[in-house]
Amino acid sequence: MGEILRTEGVCKYFGGLKAVDDVSMSIQSGDIFGIIGPNGAGKTTFFNVCSGFYKPTKGKVWFDGQDISDKNPEQIAAMGLARTFQATQLFQYMTVLDNVKIGCHMHMKSGFMDAVFHTGTYKADEEYAEHSAYDALKRAGLEEYALHKAGNLSYGIQRKVEIVRSLVTEPKLLLLDEPAAGMNRMETDSLREFLEMLNKEGQTIALIEHDMRFVMGCCHKILVLNFGKRICEGPPSVVIADEEVQRAYFGSGKIGGKASA
Amino acid sequence: MRAALLCRLLLYSILAGSLNITNGYSGQTSLGHAAFYCVGAYTVAILTAKCGWSFWLALPLSAVGAILLAVLVSIPTVKLKGIYFSIVTLGMSEIVRIIALNWNSLTGGSLGIKNIPRPRLFGLVFDHPLKFYYLFLIVSVLFLFVSYRVIHSRIGNAWMSIRENELAARSLGIRTRIYKMGNFAYGALWAGLAGGIYAAYMQYIDSAVFSLEEGFNILSMVIIGGQGTLIGPLIGDLAVNGLTELLRSIGEWRFVMYGILIIVMMWFRPQGLAGASDSILAGKKIMKRRTVTEKKKE
Repeated sequence: MGEILRTEGVCKYFGGLKAVDDVSMSIQSGDIFGIIGPNGAGKTTFFNVCSGFYKPTKGKVWFDGQDISDKNPEQIAAMGLARTFQATQLFQYMTVLDNVKIGCHMHMKSGFMDAVFHTGTYKADEEYAEHSAYDALKRAGLEEYALHKAGNLSYGIQRKVEIVRSLVTEPKLLLLDEPAAGMNRMETDSLREFLEMLNKEGQTIALIEHDMRFVMGCCHKILVLNFGKRICEGPPSVVIADEEVQRAYFGSGKIGGKASA
Repeated sequence: MRAALLCRLLLYSILAGSLNITNGYSGQTSLGHAAFYCVGAYTVAILTAKCGWSFWLALPLSAVGAILLAVLVSIPTVKLKGIYFSIVTLGMSEIVRIIALNWNSLTGGSLGIKNIPRPRLFGLVFDHPLKFYYLFLIVSVLFLFVSYRVIHSRIGNAWMSIRENELAARSLGIRTRIYKMGNFAYGALWAGLAGGIYAAYMQYIDSAVFSLEEGFNILSMVIIGGQGTLIGPLIGDLAVNGLTELLRSIGEWRFVMYGILIIVMMWFRPQGLAGASDSILAGKKIMKRRTVTEKKKE
């Protein structure tokens, strides 16, 4: 088990706003890694820096032993980092199956001539996409929705489809931005079971989440951000006992510092 | 006369079809398709009339010329989104036309290029519109066939994923810049070919043919007929050229008709008559309507 993602003093400034300020952390492969923090703490910005959608103002990001600070999202995705978005970014008008098939894009090899002449490569590609897309949907228990338009599905299912779509890219690390947001208790539990199953099969996952029960229950290690700064990193038991974390979440009132939540 | 009309229909089926590849499949709205048409036509005209090349050697080069222009324009614009890309293509169209108008030594300036030789193939001289009709038909069918296969492949899926949601496409490792560039160049290729045949067909070209107006004429076929389907531009081609014939009596007023038609179309059916209704082109309206009817059924 090695280190899959490491950041060194990563900063992201938007003008005077320090959205992410000097964050260093590392994710071990095989873990479920949680990132928590109050609203506006810079969690999503941090994710965007890690996946290449933002370039860090300062600092470096290492993925699988390579410096990816200057790489494009598509290059980083090709290296094996998949992500989902806080607001689901599905191809809304396409069917669920087509959505997932597009996720297979990177593992297909056919070029222009293959497509025009329907060569063996083309046929192998089509078969591969169809097969692995169905397979992935089945594993997530979504095969009944395969031919539905993605945009017509309920929010919770859309989120799950997005996860499945990023899974077929066969990532080394899966970044999930608030996967349980907007889900009810039952959906959250089924999502958690699904993620734990993936993790047992060896999938490394990093996720941002607000649902504390969810994070504390399934994450091996947690990073806490507040106002762009790292305030704590460690296993759930350490994080929950940390004074600074409590202050960030509950405030430090003058009534003996006791949290009232 | 009838053969000439058929030639025109087929010429525009290639032009509108290739513009639809860019506008309808990758979601980049190009307004400068006439530029590629122009480059293709001038390539054949110059190489055959001035350099004495065979038409059959010049024709592939008309496609190459158009592709080169597309790539050249793509390099700086591939990062641009939406309207900004459109504005650059608009500029490109005018720049190409103005160069054709003013580079007297190469393009004959405002006089254009006359006496473009008729193509010959094994003793067969293309001296009648009917013969060109077959040539246009072959290229048009070839365009539809190749495009159909490309669209139903990994490449076409990548184009459509960019149209539907570029952010998601990038997160899935689709190299959007390369695909957008490839898409633009692929559309240009066919417009260049169409231009090349057009030059040999007319035997005379001048820059006035390749104006912005012509570009908008092609665009109106795509918008009215439908974007994002291969059949759409064909219907637009028939509709616009058919109306042009029918409304000849009202003269310039027919352009007002086109304008109104486009506005009405954008309002009620933004994807066009036969456009892809299961795409972002159709707008949110369609999606909502469909969800409601589906729920009613349940």
